[in-house]
Amino acid sequence: MALLGAPDTSSPLPDVDRRLIDAIERFRLVGRGGAGFPVATKWRAVAQRSRGNAVIVVNGAEGEPRSKKDRVLMAARPHLVLDGAFIAARVLRARRIVLYIGERHHAARDAMLRALAQRPEPERALVGVSAAPARYVAGAEAAAVHFLNEGIATPTNMPPYPFERGVGDAPTLVQNVETLAHVASLVRTGTAPSTALITIAGAVARPGVLEVDSQTTIADAVQMGGGLAGPARAVLVGGYFGTWVEASQAWSMSLDPSAMRKRGLGLGCGVIGLLPISRCPVCDTAGIMRYLAAESSAQCGPCFFGLRALADACTRVAERGSNPDDLKRLHRWAAEVRGRGACKHPDGAVLFLSSALTVFADDFAGHRAHDARQSA
Amino acid sequence: MSRDLQLVVDRIKCDGRGLCAELLPELIRLDDWGYPILTNGPLPAHLLPLAQRAVEDCPVLAIALRRMPTPR
Repeated sequence: MALLGAPDTSSPLPDVDRRLIDAIERFRLVGRGGAGFPVATKWRAVAQRSRGNAVIVVNGAEGEPRSKKDRVLMAARPHLVLDGAFIAARVLRARRIVLYIGERHHAARDAMLRALAQRPEPERALVGVSAAPARYVAGAEAAAVHFLNEGIATPTNMPPYPFERGVGDAPTLVQNVETLAHVASLVRTGTAPSTALITIAGAVARPGVLEVDSQTTIADAVQMGGGLAGPARAVLVGGYFGTWVEASQAWSMSLDPSAMRKRGLGLGCGVIGLLPISRCPVCDTAGIMRYLAAESSAQCGPCFFGLRALADACTRVAERGSNPDDLKRLHRWAAEVRGRGACKHPDGAVLFLSSALTVFADDFAGHRAHDARQSA
Repeated sequence: MSRDLQLVVDRIKCDGRGLCAELLPELIRLDDWGYPILTNGPLPAHLLPLAQRAVEDCPVLAIALRRMPTPR
Protein backbone atom coordinates (compact mmCIF):
# COMPACT_ATOMS: atom_id res chain seq x y z
CA MET A 1 0.00 0.00 0.00
CA ALA A 2 1.40 3.32 -1.00
CA LEU A 3 0.10 5.66 1.69
CA LEU A 4 -0.59 4.19 5.13
CA GLY A 5 1.12 0.79 4.92
CA ALA A 6 4.62 1.94 4.00
CA PRO A 7 7.32 2.98 6.49
CA ASP A 8 7.60 6.72 6.95
CA THR A 9 11.16 7.77 6.41
CA SER A 10 12.94 10.95 5.50
CA SER A 11 15.50 10.88 2.73
CA PRO A 12 16.72 13.61 0.40
CA LEU A 13 14.17 14.49 -2.28
CA PRO A 14 14.97 14.13 -5.97
CA ASP A 15 15.36 17.43 -7.83
CA VAL A 16 12.04 18.83 -8.94
CA ASP A 17 11.07 21.75 -11.13
CA ARG A 18 8.03 23.05 -12.97
CA ARG A 19 7.92 20.01 -15.24
CA LEU A 20 6.44 18.20 -12.25
CA ILE A 21 3.22 20.13 -12.88
CA ASP A 22 2.95 18.45 -16.29
CA ALA A 23 3.36 15.05 -14.63
CA ILE A 24 0.70 15.93 -12.06
CA GLU A 25 -1.57 16.82 -14.94
CA ARG A 26 -0.77 13.60 -16.83
CA PHE A 27 -1.65 11.52 -13.79
CA ARG A 28 -4.78 13.63 -13.26
CA LEU A 29 -4.22 14.21 -9.57
CA VAL A 30 -7.23 15.89 -7.94
CA GLY A 31 -7.56 17.45 -4.50
CA ARG A 32 -8.55 15.07 -1.70
CA GLY A 33 -9.93 17.73 0.64
CA GLY A 34 -13.48 17.58 -0.70
CA ALA A 35 -13.77 19.71 -3.82
CA GLY A 36 -11.78 17.37 -6.08
CA PHE A 37 -10.17 20.28 -7.92
CA PRO A 38 -7.38 19.41 -10.41
CA VAL A 39 -4.04 19.82 -8.65
CA ALA A 40 -2.09 20.90 -11.75
CA THR A 41 -4.44 23.84 -12.39
CA LYS A 42 -3.96 25.10 -8.86
CA TRP A 43 -0.17 24.72 -8.92
CA ARG A 44 0.13 26.43 -12.31
CA ALA A 45 -1.89 29.41 -11.09
CA VAL A 46 0.50 29.88 -8.16
CA ALA A 47 3.63 29.16 -10.23
CA GLN A 48 2.70 31.87 -12.76
CA ARG A 49 2.44 34.49 -10.01
CA SER A 50 5.19 33.49 -7.61
CA ARG A 51 8.24 35.77 -7.49
CA GLY A 52 9.91 33.51 -4.96
CA ASN A 53 7.34 34.73 -2.44
CA ALA A 54 4.60 32.06 -2.61
CA VAL A 55 3.15 30.51 0.53
CA ILE A 56 2.19 26.83 0.92
CA VAL A 57 -0.62 26.08 3.37
CA VAL A 58 -0.58 22.40 4.34
CA ASN A 59 -4.27 21.89 5.03
CA GLY A 60 -4.83 19.44 7.85
CA ALA A 61 -7.81 21.28 9.36
CA GLU A 62 -10.16 18.32 8.74
CA GLY A 63 -13.29 19.94 10.11
CA GLU A 64 -15.68 17.31 8.70
CA PRO A 65 -17.06 15.62 11.84
CA ARG A 66 -16.93 12.02 10.61
CA SER A 67 -13.66 12.28 8.68
CA LYS A 68 -10.49 10.94 10.25
CA LYS A 69 -8.29 10.18 7.23
CA ASP A 70 -6.24 13.39 7.28
CA ARG A 71 -5.31 13.14 10.94
CA VAL A 72 -4.52 9.42 10.58
CA LEU A 73 -2.28 10.18 7.58
CA MET A 74 -0.46 12.99 9.42
CA ALA A 75 0.10 10.73 12.42
CA ALA A 76 1.26 7.75 10.33
CA ARG A 77 3.15 9.37 7.43
CA PRO A 78 4.22 12.85 8.55
CA HIS A 79 7.38 12.74 6.42
CA LEU A 80 5.38 11.93 3.30
CA VAL A 81 3.13 14.96 3.91
CA LEU A 82 6.18 17.15 4.59
CA ASP A 83 7.80 15.81 1.40
CA GLY A 84 4.75 17.02 -0.51
CA ALA A 85 4.97 20.43 1.14
CA PHE A 86 8.69 20.84 0.40
CA ILE A 87 8.19 19.68 -3.19
CA ALA A 88 5.44 22.28 -3.60
CA ALA A 89 7.70 24.90 -2.05
CA ARG A 90 10.48 24.15 -4.55
CA VAL A 91 8.30 23.92 -7.63
CA LEU A 92 6.31 27.05 -6.74
CA ARG A 93 9.32 28.93 -5.33
CA ALA A 94 7.76 29.50 -1.94
CA ARG A 95 9.35 31.36 0.94
CA ARG A 96 7.04 30.00 3.60
CA ILE A 97 5.14 26.82 4.54
CA VAL A 98 2.35 26.83 7.13
CA LEU A 99 1.19 23.58 8.73
CA TYR A 100 -2.50 24.33 9.33
CA ILE A 101 -3.61 21.47 11.58
CA GLY A 102 -6.93 21.10 13.38
CA GLU A 103 -6.59 22.30 16.98
CA ARG A 104 -7.98 19.02 18.32
CA HIS A 105 -5.82 16.73 16.18
CA HIS A 106 -3.11 16.41 18.83
CA ALA A 107 -1.52 13.13 17.71
CA ALA A 108 -1.34 14.41 14.13
CA ARG A 109 0.24 17.68 15.18
CA ASP A 110 2.78 15.97 17.46
CA ALA A 111 3.81 13.54 14.70
CA MET A 112 4.20 16.34 12.17
CA LEU A 113 6.35 18.39 14.57
CA ARG A 114 8.51 15.37 15.44
CA ALA A 115 9.06 14.67 11.75
CA LEU A 116 9.80 18.32 11.08
CA ALA A 117 12.50 18.33 13.76
CA GLN A 118 14.28 15.56 11.80
CA ARG A 119 14.45 17.60 8.61
CA PRO A 120 17.55 19.60 7.69
CA GLU A 121 17.70 23.18 8.89
CA PRO A 122 17.31 25.04 5.57
CA GLU A 123 14.01 23.25 4.97
CA ARG A 124 12.83 23.50 8.55
CA ALA A 125 13.36 27.25 8.62
CA LEU A 126 10.59 27.71 6.04
CA VAL A 127 7.94 26.10 8.19
CA GLY A 128 5.51 27.56 10.71
CA VAL A 129 2.62 25.89 12.51
CA SER A 130 -0.89 27.15 13.06
CA ALA A 131 -3.86 25.54 14.87
CA ALA A 132 -7.00 25.50 12.73
CA PRO A 133 -10.16 26.25 14.76
CA ALA A 134 -12.47 23.23 15.14
CA ARG A 135 -15.17 24.59 12.87
CA TYR A 136 -16.64 23.06 9.74
CA VAL A 137 -15.67 25.95 7.45
CA ALA A 138 -12.15 26.47 8.86
CA GLY A 139 -10.67 24.14 6.24
CA ALA A 140 -12.13 26.05 3.28
CA GLU A 141 -9.28 27.69 1.33
CA ALA A 142 -10.42 31.26 1.82
CA ALA A 143 -11.17 30.67 5.51
CA ALA A 144 -7.67 29.26 6.05
CA VAL A 145 -6.12 32.30 4.37
CA HIS A 146 -8.38 34.67 6.35
CA PHE A 147 -7.39 32.94 9.59
CA LEU A 148 -3.66 33.09 8.85
CA ASN A 149 -3.92 36.77 7.91
CA GLU A 150 -6.35 38.08 10.49
CA GLY A 151 -7.12 35.32 12.96
CA ILE A 152 -10.70 34.85 11.70
CA ALA A 153 -11.49 31.47 10.13
CA THR A 154 -14.43 32.60 8.00
CA PRO A 155 -14.54 32.52 4.21
CA THR A 156 -14.15 35.72 2.22
CA ASN A 157 -15.41 36.77 -1.18
CA MET A 158 -13.50 35.35 -4.15
CA PRO A 159 -11.93 36.82 -6.21
CA PRO A 160 -9.31 37.51 -5.09
CA TYR A 161 -8.49 33.79 -4.97
CA PRO A 162 -5.72 32.54 -2.67
CA PHE A 163 -3.51 31.93 -5.73
CA GLU A 164 -3.81 35.64 -6.53
CA ARG A 165 -3.69 37.18 -3.08
CA GLY A 166 -3.45 34.81 -0.15
CA VAL A 167 -1.38 34.67 3.02
CA GLY A 168 0.40 38.02 3.48
CA ASP A 169 -1.10 38.98 0.09
CA ALA A 170 1.31 36.54 -1.61
CA PRO A 171 0.27 33.87 -4.13
CA THR A 172 -0.79 30.96 -1.93
CA LEU A 173 -1.35 27.25 -2.46
CA VAL A 174 -3.79 25.75 0.05
CA GLN A 175 -3.58 21.99 -0.39
CA ASN A 176 -5.03 19.10 1.58
CA VAL A 177 -2.49 16.88 3.37
CA GLU A 178 -3.49 13.73 1.51
CA THR A 179 -3.15 15.53 -1.82
CA LEU A 180 0.39 16.59 -0.86
CA ALA A 181 1.16 12.97 0.06
CA HIS A 182 -0.04 11.88 -3.40
CA VAL A 183 2.33 14.39 -5.03
CA ALA A 184 5.21 13.19 -2.85
CA SER A 185 4.45 9.62 -3.79
CA LEU A 186 4.46 10.60 -7.47
CA VAL A 187 7.88 12.22 -7.11
CA ARG A 188 9.35 9.32 -5.12
CA THR A 189 8.02 6.49 -7.29
CA GLY A 190 7.50 8.12 -10.69
CA THR A 191 3.85 7.14 -10.71
CA ALA A 192 0.72 8.33 -8.94
CA PRO A 193 -0.42 6.24 -5.99
CA SER A 194 -3.10 3.75 -6.98
CA THR A 195 -4.82 4.17 -3.63
CA ALA A 196 -6.63 6.86 -1.65
CA LEU A 197 -7.86 7.25 1.91
CA ILE A 198 -11.47 7.11 3.03
CA THR A 199 -13.20 7.05 6.39
CA ILE A 200 -15.90 4.47 6.92
CA ALA A 201 -18.40 5.42 9.62
CA GLY A 202 -21.72 4.34 11.10
CA ALA A 203 -23.06 0.78 11.04
CA VAL A 204 -19.82 -1.17 10.50
CA ALA A 205 -17.98 -3.36 12.98
CA ARG A 206 -14.77 -1.33 12.82
CA PRO A 207 -15.35 2.28 11.76
CA GLY A 208 -12.16 4.04 10.75
CA VAL A 209 -9.76 4.94 7.97
CA LEU A 210 -9.20 2.63 5.01
CA GLU A 211 -6.82 2.74 2.08
CA VAL A 212 -8.75 1.79 -1.06
CA ASP A 213 -8.02 1.59 -4.78
CA SER A 214 -10.25 2.58 -7.66
CA GLN A 215 -11.64 -0.97 -7.95
CA THR A 216 -12.82 -1.05 -4.33
CA THR A 217 -16.60 -1.06 -4.07
CA ILE A 218 -18.58 0.17 -1.09
CA ALA A 219 -19.32 -3.50 -0.28
CA ASP A 220 -15.55 -4.17 -0.25
CA ALA A 221 -14.98 -1.18 2.02
CA VAL A 222 -17.64 -2.48 4.41
CA GLN A 223 -15.85 -5.86 4.45
CA MET A 224 -12.53 -4.12 5.17
CA GLY A 225 -14.30 -2.38 8.04
CA GLY A 226 -15.22 -5.71 9.57
CA GLY A 227 -18.61 -6.07 7.90
CA LEU A 228 -21.96 -4.52 8.75
CA ALA A 229 -22.82 -4.06 12.40
CA GLY A 230 -26.48 -4.46 11.41
CA PRO A 231 -28.65 -4.17 8.31
CA ALA A 232 -28.05 -0.86 6.50
CA ARG A 233 -30.75 1.37 5.06
CA ALA A 234 -28.68 3.88 3.12
CA VAL A 235 -25.14 5.16 2.61
CA LEU A 236 -24.06 8.78 2.90
CA VAL A 237 -21.34 9.19 0.30
CA GLY A 238 -18.95 12.13 0.75
CA GLY A 239 -19.75 13.34 4.25
CA TYR A 240 -22.13 16.09 5.32
CA PHE A 241 -21.83 17.82 1.92
CA GLY A 242 -22.42 14.49 0.24
CA THR A 243 -25.29 12.46 -1.11
CA TRP A 244 -27.50 9.71 0.30
CA VAL A 245 -27.68 6.51 -1.77
CA GLU A 246 -30.07 3.58 -1.10
CA ALA A 247 -28.02 0.74 0.35
CA SER A 248 -29.13 -1.68 -2.38
CA GLN A 249 -27.76 0.67 -5.05
CA ALA A 250 -24.60 1.49 -3.15
CA TRP A 251 -22.93 -1.89 -2.67
CA SER A 252 -21.61 -2.39 -6.19
CA MET A 253 -20.50 1.22 -6.57
CA SER A 254 -16.73 1.63 -6.86
CA LEU A 255 -14.97 4.40 -4.97
CA ASP A 256 -13.36 5.76 -8.12
CA PRO A 257 -13.85 9.53 -8.40
CA SER A 258 -14.43 9.53 -12.17
CA ALA A 259 -16.84 6.57 -12.07
CA MET A 260 -18.72 8.30 -9.28
CA ARG A 261 -18.94 11.56 -11.18
CA LYS A 262 -20.71 9.71 -13.99
CA ARG A 263 -23.41 8.79 -11.48
CA GLY A 264 -23.70 12.38 -10.30
CA LEU A 265 -21.89 11.59 -7.06
CA GLY A 266 -18.62 12.69 -5.56
CA LEU A 267 -16.23 11.12 -3.10
CA GLY A 268 -15.91 14.55 -1.45
CA CYS A 269 -13.85 14.30 1.71
CA GLY A 270 -13.99 10.49 1.47
CA VAL A 271 -16.48 9.75 4.26
CA ILE A 272 -18.70 6.71 3.66
CA GLY A 273 -21.41 6.68 6.34
CA LEU A 274 -23.73 3.69 6.79
CA LEU A 275 -27.19 4.37 8.16
CA PRO A 276 -28.59 1.32 9.97
CA ILE A 277 -32.28 0.47 9.49
CA SER A 278 -32.75 1.00 13.22
CA ARG A 279 -32.30 4.75 12.80
CA CYS A 280 -34.81 7.20 11.40
CA PRO A 281 -33.44 8.92 8.28
CA VAL A 282 -35.67 11.97 8.81
CA CYS A 283 -34.43 12.51 12.36
CA ASP A 284 -30.80 11.99 11.33
CA THR A 285 -31.15 14.38 8.40
CA ALA A 286 -32.65 16.98 10.74
CA GLY A 287 -29.75 16.52 13.15
CA ILE A 288 -27.15 17.02 10.42
CA MET A 289 -29.03 20.09 9.10
CA ARG A 290 -29.03 21.62 12.60
CA TYR A 291 -25.30 21.03 12.77
CA LEU A 292 -24.67 22.61 9.34
CA ALA A 293 -26.89 25.61 10.19
CA ALA A 294 -24.94 26.16 13.40
CA GLU A 295 -21.68 25.97 11.43
CA SER A 296 -22.68 28.83 9.12
CA SER A 297 -20.26 31.74 9.48
CA ALA A 298 -23.33 33.99 9.70
CA GLN A 299 -21.91 36.29 7.03
CA CYS A 300 -24.38 35.80 4.18
CA GLY A 301 -28.13 36.10 4.76
CA PRO A 302 -29.28 33.19 2.58
CA CYS A 303 -26.91 30.84 4.43
CA PHE A 304 -27.41 32.16 7.96
CA PHE A 305 -31.21 32.49 7.78
CA GLY A 306 -31.84 29.88 5.08
CA LEU A 307 -29.98 26.98 6.67
CA ARG A 308 -31.54 27.79 10.05
CA ALA A 309 -35.03 27.81 8.49
CA LEU A 310 -34.33 24.54 6.65
CA ALA A 311 -33.04 22.91 9.83
CA ASP A 312 -36.11 24.13 11.75
CA ALA A 313 -38.50 22.79 9.10
CA CYS A 314 -36.69 19.42 9.09
CA THR A 315 -36.88 19.35 12.87
CA ARG A 316 -40.61 20.11 12.83
CA VAL A 317 -41.20 17.19 10.47
CA ALA A 318 -38.98 15.01 12.67
CA GLU A 319 -40.52 15.99 16.00
CA ARG A 320 -44.16 16.71 15.18
CA GLY A 321 -44.68 14.64 12.05
CA SER A 322 -44.90 15.32 8.36
CA ASN A 323 -46.93 18.23 7.04
CA PRO A 324 -47.33 19.42 3.45
CA ASP A 325 -46.39 23.05 4.20
CA ASP A 326 -42.97 22.19 5.60
CA LEU A 327 -42.31 19.71 2.80
CA LYS A 328 -43.07 22.37 0.22
CA ARG A 329 -40.87 24.88 2.04
CA LEU A 330 -37.98 22.41 2.25
CA HIS A 331 -38.02 21.88 -1.52
CA ARG A 332 -38.41 25.56 -2.38
CA TRP A 333 -35.82 26.86 0.09
CA ALA A 334 -33.27 24.17 -0.85
CA ALA A 335 -33.48 25.38 -4.46
CA GLU A 336 -33.42 29.08 -3.53
CA VAL A 337 -30.47 28.97 -1.14
CA ARG A 338 -28.15 27.26 -3.60
CA GLY A 339 -25.35 29.40 -5.03
CA ARG A 340 -26.15 32.40 -2.83
CA GLY A 341 -23.27 32.44 -0.39
CA ALA A 342 -19.72 33.76 -0.60
CA CYS A 343 -18.53 30.18 -0.04
CA LYS A 344 -19.93 26.72 -0.79
CA HIS A 345 -21.26 26.02 2.70
CA PRO A 346 -24.93 26.64 1.82
CA ASP A 347 -24.54 24.71 -1.46
CA GLY A 348 -23.10 21.68 0.30
CA ALA A 349 -25.84 21.73 2.92
CA VAL A 350 -28.72 21.91 0.42
CA LEU A 351 -27.11 19.29 -1.83
CA PHE A 352 -27.13 16.95 1.16
CA LEU A 353 -30.72 17.91 2.06
CA SER A 354 -31.98 17.50 -1.51
CA SER A 355 -30.59 13.98 -1.68
CA ALA A 356 -32.33 13.18 1.63
CA LEU A 357 -35.62 14.55 0.27
CA THR A 358 -35.24 12.33 -2.81
CA VAL A 359 -33.92 9.08 -1.30
CA PHE A 360 -36.14 9.30 1.80
CA ALA A 361 -39.14 10.90 0.04
CA ASP A 362 -41.59 8.38 1.50
CA ASP A 363 -40.14 8.76 4.98
CA PHE A 364 -40.45 12.56 4.83
CA ALA A 365 -44.00 12.36 3.44
CA GLY A 366 -45.22 9.80 5.98
CA HIS A 367 -43.15 10.71 9.02
CA ARG A 368 -44.91 10.53 12.38
CA ALA A 369 -43.79 12.09 15.60
CA HIS A 370 -41.80 9.63 17.64
CA ASP A 371 -39.20 9.74 20.30
CA ALA A 372 -36.37 11.47 18.43
CA ARG A 373 -33.83 10.31 20.99
CA GLN A 374 -33.53 7.01 19.15
CA SER A 375 -31.82 9.06 16.42
CA ALA A 376 -30.12 11.97 18.13
CA MET B 1 -21.67 39.75 -27.15
CA SER B 2 -18.72 40.82 -25.07
CA ARG B 3 -20.57 43.87 -23.76
CA ASP B 4 -23.21 41.89 -21.88
CA LEU B 5 -23.63 43.10 -18.34
CA GLN B 6 -25.05 41.32 -15.33
CA LEU B 7 -25.92 42.25 -11.77
CA VAL B 8 -23.89 40.65 -9.02
CA VAL B 9 -24.47 40.78 -5.26
CA ASP B 10 -21.75 40.78 -2.63
CA ARG B 11 -23.38 38.25 -0.32
CA ILE B 12 -21.27 39.23 2.67
CA LYS B 13 -22.06 42.95 2.38
CA CYS B 14 -25.75 42.46 1.55
CA ASP B 15 -27.94 43.24 4.55
CA GLY B 16 -31.28 42.43 2.97
CA ARG B 17 -32.53 46.03 2.82
CA GLY B 18 -34.52 45.13 -0.29
CA LEU B 19 -34.22 48.39 -2.18
CA CYS B 20 -32.90 46.64 -5.29
CA ALA B 21 -36.01 44.45 -5.55
CA GLU B 22 -38.25 47.52 -5.27
CA LEU B 23 -36.39 49.30 -8.04
CA LEU B 24 -36.02 46.30 -10.33
CA PRO B 25 -38.75 43.72 -9.68
CA GLU B 26 -38.33 42.53 -13.28
CA LEU B 27 -35.01 40.92 -12.35
CA ILE B 28 -34.83 40.82 -8.56
CA ARG B 29 -37.14 39.22 -6.04
CA LEU B 30 -36.62 38.69 -2.34
CA ASP B 31 -36.44 35.38 -0.52
CA ASP B 32 -38.43 34.73 2.67
CA TRP B 33 -35.73 36.47 4.73
CA GLY B 34 -35.51 39.58 2.56
CA TYR B 35 -32.37 38.74 0.58
CA PRO B 36 -32.29 39.24 -3.19
CA ILE B 37 -32.67 36.42 -5.71
CA LEU B 38 -31.36 37.56 -9.10
CA THR B 39 -32.54 36.32 -12.46
CA ASN B 40 -29.62 34.73 -14.27
CA GLY B 41 -28.32 35.94 -17.58
CA PRO B 42 -27.45 39.19 -19.29
CA LEU B 43 -29.17 42.41 -18.37
CA PRO B 44 -31.70 43.51 -21.03
CA ALA B 45 -30.65 46.92 -22.40
CA HIS B 46 -33.93 48.64 -21.54
CA LEU B 47 -33.45 47.83 -17.83
CA LEU B 48 -29.95 49.30 -17.65
CA PRO B 49 -31.00 52.67 -16.16
CA LEU B 50 -32.97 50.97 -13.39
CA ALA B 51 -30.14 48.55 -12.73
CA GLN B 52 -27.73 51.47 -12.41
CA ARG B 53 -30.06 53.06 -9.86
CA ALA B 54 -30.23 49.84 -7.89
CA VAL B 55 -26.43 49.80 -7.82
CA GLU B 56 -26.14 53.45 -6.77
CA ASP B 57 -28.94 53.41 -4.20
CA CYS B 58 -28.00 50.23 -2.33
CA PRO B 59 -27.44 51.48 1.24
CA VAL B 60 -24.56 49.07 1.82
CA LEU B 61 -23.14 49.15 -1.74
CA ALA B 62 -23.59 45.39 -2.07
CA ILE B 63 -24.75 45.24 -5.68
CA ALA B 64 -22.71 45.91 -8.80
CA LEU B 65 -22.83 45.64 -12.57
CA ARG B 66 -20.19 43.39 -14.05
CA ARG B 67 -19.27 42.36 -17.53
CA MET B 68 -20.30 38.76 -18.02
CA PRO B 69 -17.36 36.37 -18.21
CA THR B 70 -16.66 35.35 -21.78
CA PRO B 71 -17.46 31.68 -22.27
CA ARG B 72 -14.40 29.55 -23.02
